[in-house]
Amino acid sequence: MKRLITCLSIALVAAGFGVSAQNPAPDIAFDSNSNPLTLPDDVYLGEVGGVAANSKGDIFVYTRTGHPTISIGTSRAFAHGGSRLFQFDRNGKFVRELGKDSYGMLVAQQVRIDAQDNVWVVDQMANSVNKLDAAGRPVLLLGRKPESINVPANAGRGGAEGGGAGRGRGGLPGAGTQSDVFNRPTDVAWDAAGNIFVADGMGNSRVAKFDSKGVFIKSWGSRGSEPGMFANVTGIAVDAQGNVYAADAGNKRIQVFDNNGTFKTAITNVGAPAALCLTSGPNQVLYVSNSNPPEDFDSGGEIYKVKLDGTVIGKFGAAGKRPKQFGTVNAIDCRAENTLLVGELANMRVQKLTLASPR
Amino acid sequence: MKRLLACVPAVLIALSSAHAGAQQKATVPNVPEIPYSSVPNFLKMPPGETLGEAIGVATNSKGHVFVYIRSATTRLWEFDKNGTFVKEIGKGYYGFEFAHSVRVDPQDNIWTVDEGTNTVTKFSPDGKFLMVIGHRPPAVDGVVATVFGANAPAQKYIFCRPTDVGWDPQGNIFVSDGYCNNRVVKYDRDGKFLAQSGSEKAGSEPGQYNLPHGLQVDGHGHVWVADRTNNRYQELDNDLKPVKQYTNLGTGWTVCVSAGPHQYVFASNSNPNGNGPGTWASTGEIYKMELDGTMIGKFGHASKEFGGFQVVHMMDCRNPNEIIVGEIESWRVQKLMLQQPTKTGSSR
Repeated sequence: MKRLITCLSIALVAAGFGVSAQNPAPDIAFDSNSNPLTLPDDVYLGEVGGVAANSKGDIFVYTRTGHPTISIGTSRAFAHGGSRLFQFDRNGKFVRELGKDSYGMLVAQQVRIDAQDNVWVVDQMANSVNKLDAAGRPVLLLGRKPESINVPANAGRGGAEGGGAGRGRGGLPGAGTQSDVFNRPTDVAWDAAGNIFVADGMGNSRVAKFDSKGVFIKSWGSRGSEPGMFANVTGIAVDAQGNVYAADAGNKRIQVFDNNGTFKTAITNVGAPAALCLTSGPNQVLYVSNSNPPEDFDSGGEIYKVKLDGTVIGKFGAAGKRPKQFGTVNAIDCRAENTLLVGELANMRVQKLTLASPR
Repeated sequence: MKRLLACVPAVLIALSSAHAGAQQKATVPNVPEIPYSSVPNFLKMPPGETLGEAIGVATNSKGHVFVYIRSATTRLWEFDKNGTFVKEIGKGYYGFEFAHSVRVDPQDNIWTVDEGTNTVTKFSPDGKFLMVIGHRPPAVDGVVATVFGANAPAQKYIFCRPTDVGWDPQGNIFVSDGYCNNRVVKYDRDGKFLAQSGSEKAGSEPGQYNLPHGLQVDGHGHVWVADRTNNRYQELDNDLKPVKQYTNLGTGWTVCVSAGPHQYVFASNSNPNGNGPGTWASTGEIYKMELDGTMIGKFGHASKEFGGFQVVHMMDCRNPNEIIVGEIESWRVQKLMLQQPTKTGSSR
């Protein structure tokens, strides 16, 4: 049964990931430092869910590592550990661990840094988006870790206590509830006013919007393939005009919405978009990965550079384990347009990429 | 620990099913006895630490000993050639949950095979992460029930309780996989899939497997597979085509090929877990052969006492006269000093 469930989920993921884009795009020359971080002897990166740099160049890595633990309770089972958040300086030297022994670091999904250098931690299993200030203190928490987990995983009826939000009461599949109850959230972004947009996610199929104080405003989307619907929401970014870019890997598109969730257009020539990054500055561009799933290193894996109107500027990389190859990219940092940090799940590493300057 | 819940029942089942009457007495006749002594107190533990099940053991070119153990968590420890503790490697590493094998390649990189996370990991000689093949299912998929029934189809880059790893002289990587696949997989040095022999299904024909439990590659690039539940060893060529099988050495638990220009093969007919009545009389010995199969001798016997073996799980034979064995039961690593074979012994 375990295998069956695993395989079903792999099949579902495979259906969405790893599909090569149809339009040929020019190759962008690049180089890689595949070992940019210096770790203490007793620290090992596991699968890299998130990597992001702050304004000083400090690098934050949120990684699935250690020993995900289910402890035995009286009538329920409880999940602990399994992910850690590390900070490195701009040279890759280890600085410290944040959130050590945190209640909510279970399955590292993403880390993002906002304009004030706050560190936002997205955990797919704790169903939470946790804002840490620059000193690492939690200052705003969206979502809540489920108290316990179901054993076996599909036992019960998907109540919020067990497996996340699932179907909203009386609502459409994947629409979730009009609240900050997430189901496997994947990413977070902000507009210029500080409104918060959460990609929710792998369990739900919606985008949730909050104001800067965490007050729920609205959410949109449900499971499906029509415009405004999502197979899943695998990444999110907001441009300087407040438009929202939501990666919908299962439908092989990035959907673009206005700031209130009205569908505008879809970018469809970039494979199955997983990790997403939007550069800052006047001429913003998107980086998006057509991430290969962990069970396939023979196709896909490339990263696209795209104009906001959907025009593909170029692409680089492919699935593999060598430097300059990628194993299930889950995070891209593009604070500097031509110096990217890329986090990989299956290859358990961060690469620092230097791209050839645009023509 | 999440995986612990999933793994413990699996192991209990594996133990109860794979061993019930499956273990075979070796039938190879007239094998000379190789006298040996076990070095007393070989491994010196750091204060406050104890070994758990000594599942994996390997040495590097300096004679340092790497021990991959199942304790409260799965851990990898390095000792020097005198058995003095040097350091722990992979503390808290995501790919350590249920140890199965550690091997050291010709460049002294350290490789672990973990059947609790379905990963094969390459560490540098000083213990830094270099590469992983395989994928641990994310915890967010939840705790799922122990698998029964037919195995799911094998996938190129996903293992199902893999057991061992080896390399040919070109650096290609070979993995035996495992408890819930029944195959040998060949990757290039960068982890790209090249070929496989067998499948998820168990079978007993040449090139099929039923719990491929140990694997080594000799200097000709031939692959030696301990095909445990088939009670044999299989020799494959570099393209994974069957060359030869050895069916008279009892149950194929684990295999070791020594280093240097003249290589020897060591094969362990380990006594089965559970120590059922009569098993000690018919199992527990290790065989030493030439690469062409010419029998040289055997040594060892099942026993809980020092000097005897309690389910040898892995052998290091870099020096063919100094064998280091890791045992599942008795939580023990022993260093054995082999002497010249005596006259033909009785076949136990």
